[in-house]
Amino acid sequence: MSIDTSTAAHVAHLARIRVEEEELPALAEEFNRILGFVEQLTEVDVEGVEPMVSVTPMRLKRREDAVTDGGMPETVLSNAPDAREGFFAVPKVVE
Amino acid sequence: MTELASLTISAARDALDAGETTSVALTEACLAAVEGAGALGAFAHVTPELALERARAADAARAGGDAGPMCGIPVGIKDLFCTEGVASQAASRILEGFRSPYESTVSAQLRDAGAVMLGKLNMDEFAMGSSNETSVYGPAVNPWKVDDRSLTPGGSSGGSAAAVAADLCLAATGTDTGGSIRQPAAFTGTVGLKPTYGRCSRLGIVAFASSLDQAGPMTKTVRDAAIMLRAMAGHDPKDSTSADLPVPDFEAMLSGDIRGKRIGIPREYRLEGTPDEILALWDRGAEMLRDAGAEIVDISLPHTRYALPAYYVIAPAEASSNLARYDGVRYGYRAPLSQGDGIVEMYEKTRAEGFGAEVKRRVMVGTYVLSAGFYDAYYNRARKVRTLIKRDFEQVFDQGVDAILTPATPSAAFGLGEKGQADPVEMYLNDVFTVPVNLAGLPGISVPAGLDRQGLPLGLQLVGRPWEEGALLDVAEVLERAAGFVAKPAKWW
Repeated sequence: MSIDTSTAAHVAHLARIRVEEEELPALAEEFNRILGFVEQLTEVDVEGVEPMVSVTPMRLKRREDAVTDGGMPETVLSNAPDAREGFFAVPKVVE
Repeated sequence: MTELASLTISAARDALDAGETTSVALTEACLAAVEGAGALGAFAHVTPELALERARAADAARAGGDAGPMCGIPVGIKDLFCTEGVASQAASRILEGFRSPYESTVSAQLRDAGAVMLGKLNMDEFAMGSSNETSVYGPAVNPWKVDDRSLTPGGSSGGSAAAVAADLCLAATGTDTGGSIRQPAAFTGTVGLKPTYGRCSRLGIVAFASSLDQAGPMTKTVRDAAIMLRAMAGHDPKDSTSADLPVPDFEAMLSGDIRGKRIGIPREYRLEGTPDEILALWDRGAEMLRDAGAEIVDISLPHTRYALPAYYVIAPAEASSNLARYDGVRYGYRAPLSQGDGIVEMYEKTRAEGFGAEVKRRVMVGTYVLSAGFYDAYYNRARKVRTLIKRDFEQVFDQGVDAILTPATPSAAFGLGEKGQADPVEMYLNDVFTVPVNLAGLPGISVPAGLDRQGLPLGLQLVGRPWEEGALLDVAEVLERAAGFVAKPAKWW
């Protein structure tokens, strides 16, 4: 399995990370080194083995489905790069 | 002054109890040491006013007979922990200027136990790294030095390890996803404990790989790790993976008597290329435990060599999901936009400018292994291998083994800039002995055990049964005492 520059560009887009055209060959090369390293996993016989879901065998706790917190819009917005009138502001997303 | 900063938690506690010093005096000594240690880059943000305020409160509480178990002890907090109103940026540009509106559960518990936070400690960006070189602040530097080179304190908790080793604080918090507490502890001659997964709450700790991340203490002695773990641990309703189990008095479990305990030596850890002196130290560690009355047994953990490859699928996969939240909308950095840029350009530019190279690499690798067509081949296969790795440990514990002894790292501290420049995998190999423990969710501790021939510290790792940190610390303290590691770095900073 070898990653070419167009696959690298696709992955970068899926990850929403801009990568300049001239950086793609080096990125593809790094992917290939890392994926080449993890390729060893194909040697392991995993027939009939369950993929791990939780490392500690315990049932996650549940609680009543009730509002326990909230009513602090200023706090929620306090770190926003752009907040207006009680909302997070972003570039236009709907035409 | 500096003598106070070099105290252990237990010695400081005794001195405070005896009225021989005050938390304000301890805190001032640490702040002075921090002030004079800029060259180490250990602290990213220092909070002297807050520290002195808490120190005064601790002294008042003690005078009122209400001293918590860490009352008045100055500690450093890794930058990965959210601390209310104080910079918390995971050593990333993307969280520049972020002020957490709440306190992480672990740092809140430490605060409530009376600990005095001195500030936030340097680390690898988002805890991704083994040398502290991926930090936006620049690398922390190891106080240990043998020539002109600046050495890494390890990573990701490099600032924590450097600060504890250089006596800038009495102890520090760390987090460990693949070795990030134990490797820096080994590189700096300090003690680092990664508890069982679920022992400490992850609430308010910036997430890297949620099924592996665990907070733990980084200290000067095993006893201090026991004291500090008790203050950090416990069930948190806000972290559904934190265990609802009683937290014992770990310090009281230090019996010094390990007669009859079975210590496993895993043959698969005798890796080709490991330096002779590390193998020799490992043998000496086993002898020390045998001399203390433990039974040394050869064991096999057959899937060991697949731990690192499995880790480098699972951890990036989880990171790619966790780090999706850094989108330039709700907090942190947003890239300046050009005319006509839409929301996708905003995401892509923000993340390109906000994340460093290693973080981007891991997020993209994670995205790839989770993408349609590769999910089964990479991610699901890695999770199956993880099941096998955990089973290896379970079988060994079922055979009556109480703890496992291994080297902590495949080398002593290396020079900054020496590794991983051409090939990221070269850096990943640092965690070869520590990663399996995270995959299996087990407690592990690095104990300083000797110096290599250059004069740099080396650590040994002990791995315990799940939830049995007390028994693990007991063995670790016996090893610590037998190894008699007392060396300190000569002050050059």
